[in-house]
Amino acid sequence: MGDQQPTALRRYIYQGDPLLAPPPPELAAILERYRGQPDALITVLEEIQDHYGYLPQQGLQYTAHELGFPLSRVYGVATFYNLFQLSPPGRYVVRICKGTACHVNRSSEILTRVQVQLGIGEDETTPDGLLTLQTVACMGACSLAPVMVINDRTYGRMTPEKACTALAALQAEASGEGTR
Amino acid sequence: MRTTIRVGVSTCGLAAGAEAVCSAIETYLHRRQLPVTLQRTGCLGACHREPLVEVMVDGASTLYGPVTPERVTPILDQHFGAGGRGIAADWVVSRRPDKQDYPFLARQVQITTQLCGVIDPSSLDHYLAHSGYEAFRAALRLPPEAIVQIVTEARLRGRGGAGYPTGLKWEHTRQQPGTPKFIICNADEGDPGAFMDRTMIEGDPHRLLEGMLIAAHAIGATQGYIYVRAEYPLAVKALRRAITQAQEYGVIGRNILGSGLDFTLTIKEGAGAFVCGEETALIHSIEGARGMPRLRPPYPSAQGLWGYPTNINNVETYCSVPSIILNGPGWFAGLGTARSGGTKAFALTGAIANSGLVEVPIGMTLRELIVDIGGGCQSGRTFKAVQLGGPSGGCIPTDLLDTRIDYEDLHATGAIMGSGGMVVVDDTTCMVDFTRFFLTFTQDESCGKCLPCRVGTRKMLGFLTRITHGQADQTDLDRLLHLCETVRLGSLCGLGQTAPNPVLTTMRYFKDEYLAHIADKRCPAHVCPLDDGRTMAAASGSNGRVALGTKHTAAVPGPEERQV
Repeated sequence: MGDQQPTALRRYIYQGDPLLAPPPPELAAILERYRGQPDALITVLEEIQDHYGYLPQQGLQYTAHELGFPLSRVYGVATFYNLFQLSPPGRYVVRICKGTACHVNRSSEILTRVQVQLGIGEDETTPDGLLTLQTVACMGACSLAPVMVINDRTYGRMTPEKACTALAALQAEASGEGTR
Repeated sequence: MRTTIRVGVSTCGLAAGAEAVCSAIETYLHRRQLPVTLQRTGCLGACHREPLVEVMVDGASTLYGPVTPERVTPILDQHFGAGGRGIAADWVVSRRPDKQDYPFLARQVQITTQLCGVIDPSSLDHYLAHSGYEAFRAALRLPPEAIVQIVTEARLRGRGGAGYPTGLKWEHTRQQPGTPKFIICNADEGDPGAFMDRTMIEGDPHRLLEGMLIAAHAIGATQGYIYVRAEYPLAVKALRRAITQAQEYGVIGRNILGSGLDFTLTIKEGAGAFVCGEETALIHSIEGARGMPRLRPPYPSAQGLWGYPTNINNVETYCSVPSIILNGPGWFAGLGTARSGGTKAFALTGAIANSGLVEVPIGMTLRELIVDIGGGCQSGRTFKAVQLGGPSGGCIPTDLLDTRIDYEDLHATGAIMGSGGMVVVDDTTCMVDFTRFFLTFTQDESCGKCLPCRVGTRKMLGFLTRITHGQADQTDLDRLLHLCETVRLGSLCGLGQTAPNPVLTTMRYFKDEYLAHIADKRCPAHVCPLDDGRTMAAASGSNGRVALGTKHTAAVPGPEERQV
């Protein structure tokens, strides 16, 4: 986390209340809309994640602070639901479905091959920040099993080969942009 | 000449490439300057033939699938007189408007899905043109007790899987003294392998709203919530649009259609937790907390959302209601059996030839559904079992295929009706591995509140992992069965109580496969890693920590490698 690696000692030096400053405007706009609505916690977190792509630590702290929840409750909700991510995702989020229909159509082989090709495990991001690998319980597109989703695009009837080709294409495209 | 072209653009259609087909059709129509309406509809259910395109000229109809952008020109040339190079016969799914010449659709009785794939779900006018909101208008003229009576006589039962009589449930909530009262629609379709709710909402969202409105009137509820999965972005969008339209039309809001009834409807997006399908967990989630269940009673009908009387039904249950009001309870009850009326929708997937969404009368046999509608197994494969009800359900073997689809009959086999997931497995699936798959899921989704489920599912998964790795012996099997009983009896909510079902049914019908793994260290389906040493990815990942280390190498684990 952060640009420079903090030393072990530095992490424990008190640096003042991080929440003394008002929240950044984009966060304040989200929180303002739900002030006084105790049932909106999940919705607030969903909107914060929509904005940042994940739930930053400060986002959780400000949510608790501004909406009057104990931080433990905010953290409890954020870690209970599968949707919420506490670390920033890559540019492309690759989700491999491991629902029942996908499982009997050998989606686990796709997962293994993709893990080997990308060199990362589940819920991890490639070092270049390009791809995040996740699994989902079911996308509801079972008749096209096995299914892979990259960001919002669904790829049906996948094979390990097709999955790896699609990912290699994304990687090639990104490295092409880099050299230009 | 009145011509309409319909393209199914549900999630399943889009994944199959429907959008590219739509653009190709638009380009063709534009180039030829044809006065044709292109309609984007929901899913007709025949997902195995998607993308589906239906061309309707003056009442005649031809349904094509799968259609690729390259096939668009030859298909449309046929209809618009350009001759062309003709089409292959197997592109045509049906040549009749009622689709009775396509066996997949002919044997179905579509009530909740009757307009899916027929109307444009974004158009309220389309819904109104098909008797939309007429049932609600009729219901407003009836006293609430009469509506409850009609639903009771129709023998409608909870389609979420438990099968509790809907009329009785409504009556409980109706008789509660407190106000306000709430109604909730559970659209948190968490079962892996199920997409009934998604198809219904994406294809015909107003039917759900109408069903909820009728329920609200019957119960006296003034506020409603739809708890829908955030993983279904199209469904959420369709609902939002439908609610706005319903508000403008005047069926949601204050003093609805001059009846004095007020009703507001809110969408809550679930954030992904299987346990939120349990009603008390769902209520906690709507309240903005961790979705953990609590002990019942008190039932939500007495103390639900914020402590007020609350009625919770599933999407399909509400969607059945408008047709019951319009056609009468006798008609609906007559479709089903003596104990249960109407139809049930199933998401038919797995090793089946015709996968998709099917809706059949209750009382049809599994064989009729799987063979006559589903077309049997994919070619060259042998049917082994059908799994119903997802992680809470069970497997039914070949010799029980004549079981009727009915809550009680299915329960007697050890499986359950479930919410509608129906996965066909063939001889390439190992039943032990398949069971292990479900336990991986339940173990992962156990909320952790009660010990039998939190620890029990983990231990069960550990036993199953050892069996699939050839490291178990006969005593493990006995201990697994004993543990199943403990988890079933001791768990707080349905998730834990039903978690042993996959184990119990496969042990009952496929015990030989368990024994092959244990005694012969052999996997009959050649799936498990002990057999031919192939890596099994499911053993790695987040659950690799259970019971076993990470043994993904090609070596067959010997007894000396056994870990406890």
